[in-house]
Amino acid sequence: MSATDLDVRYVAHLARLELTPEEEAHYGAQLGKVLEYVNQLSQLDLEGIEPTAHALSLRNVTRPDETRPSLPREDAMRNAPAQSDGLFVVPKIVE
Amino acid sequence: MPHQSTISDLRARIVRRDLAARDVAESCLDRIRAVDPRVRAFLSVDEEDVLGQAAACDQAISDGASGKPLLGIPIALKDNLAVRDQPLSCASRILEGFASPYNATVVERLREAGAILFGRLNMDEFAMGSSTENSSVQVTRNPWDLERVPGGSSGGCTAAVAADECVASIGSDTGGSIRQPAAFCGCVGLKPTYGRVSRYGLVAFASSLDQIGPLTKSVEDCARLLSVLAGHDERDATSVREPVPDYTAALTGDIKGMKLGLPKEYMVDGLDPEVRAAVEAAVTHLSGLGAEFVEVSLPHTEYAIAAYYIVATAEASANLARYDGVRYGARRDGADPIEMYARTRGAGFGAEVKRRILLGTYTLSSGYYDAYYLRALKVRTLIKRDFERAFETVDAIVTPTTPTPAFKAGEKTQDPLQMYLSDIFTNSCNLAGICGLSVPCGFTRSPRLPIGLQLMGRPFGEATLLRLAHAYEQTTEWHKARPELAAP
Repeated sequence: MSATDLDVRYVAHLARLELTPEEEAHYGAQLGKVLEYVNQLSQLDLEGIEPTAHALSLRNVTRPDETRPSLPREDAMRNAPAQSDGLFVVPKIVE
Repeated sequence: MPHQSTISDLRARIVRRDLAARDVAESCLDRIRAVDPRVRAFLSVDEEDVLGQAAACDQAISDGASGKPLLGIPIALKDNLAVRDQPLSCASRILEGFASPYNATVVERLREAGAILFGRLNMDEFAMGSSTENSSVQVTRNPWDLERVPGGSSGGCTAAVAADECVASIGSDTGGSIRQPAAFCGCVGLKPTYGRVSRYGLVAFASSLDQIGPLTKSVEDCARLLSVLAGHDERDATSVREPVPDYTAALTGDIKGMKLGLPKEYMVDGLDPEVRAAVEAAVTHLSGLGAEFVEVSLPHTEYAIAAYYIVATAEASANLARYDGVRYGARRDGADPIEMYARTRGAGFGAEVKRRILLGTYTLSSGYYDAYYLRALKVRTLIKRDFERAFETVDAIVTPTTPTPAFKAGEKTQDPLQMYLSDIFTNSCNLAGICGLSVPCGFTRSPRLPIGLQLMGRPFGEATLLRLAHAYEQTTEWHKARPELAAP
């Protein structure tokens, strides 16, 4: 996998990150080096090895489906940048 | 002076009424006023609140309360731990002005144990970094040499403990963020087994790697704190129902017959000669105490950094998606929500955070997921197996915590990869989910900088590590040393 496959602008769009052209170039170069480094993992023979996403053996931790008090609305709203009638106000989504 | 003491010592004096909680609190606050303008460990301290808590504590004592394990002890918190009504910024602009609406589980437990919780300690932004230089607010200095970094990301935590600004602090560790700064600052730092301590109320960086842990002046203090922090929590589905022993009972001083391993993969060429010498001396010392060293190998060690920086950044890209300016944090407006998100995040996140989000997004994206993320998870399996195999023949693994002592501020900021490589000895522990502790084991000659010894143990084997570290500490003098913070 070539490290130059990294299309910083496209990935930034996926990540919803606005970057200046300087940042694009700068981070692109830095990440290129990091990707080159992490590419050493392609040297390993991983045939038959299961991935470990989670170090412990916990599975499907659940609790009874009972309603309980949760974070009160006022607490949830208190850091809102813009609110109205108990709702978060955002720019228009649909025309 | 009270601020120079340990939890063990202070608690005994407070319970005996030799010392009031107020005396201890004031001693710490005076110390902060005297040295923090130079050390800059704290982002904020609410003096009124500290004294209020101390007063309440003294009232409770005169009403007869004496049983609580952390009664009257001032403990400071890393800025990624939620305390209701207090700032929670993770040293990031994107959370400027944010006040937490709830308490972390560890905060509740510490309070219940009688501790006086205070302050917001500086850190690398969103815990991403190894020097605390990625804080968007200020640079924290190493009390042992103000030109040098305290390590990271819990650099504020360790600088504050090393400078006696608090009696202990609570930090977090995802790839070494407790142990590495503990080594750089000459403190004891413990990363518990994954699932040992609840992550509810810890701002998430990498959900399968993060753990909260104590930074202390002694191993006994570390054991006391772990006893309070550990335990299953219904609110954290990744916390484990493993019983919590009295960790202080492990501190017998006896390690005769313990089998220890020093993996050859850690004694690499790039290891600073003084660090090597200190670790080898520690090995000799531990043998003298009756431990037996056995040959052990962790063959996939060299791949840990690569695996870590794929897994951790992938998880981080998901965890930091929530900072979009909608419900909280600093918002930058846009013509539509997508533009708002992009501008908010572009303006609010620092460079390292952006780099890691980009890397994580890329390695999870269509076409690259198998080559990077899935691959890294398989390497993680191999790393985990290396430890399992090693623990068949040894009770604990002994290594240097870091390849070098604390480096100078600015030395590694130009090249992110150089910064990542400084985590080489600590990453594997998080990937495997096992426990790891750093304890002071010496100093470099000139300048006089702390060196840390890392001990790694089986899952839920913290008692073994504490026993080993305590026996070592009590037969050496390193833990008594304090930095000379020169008068201004």
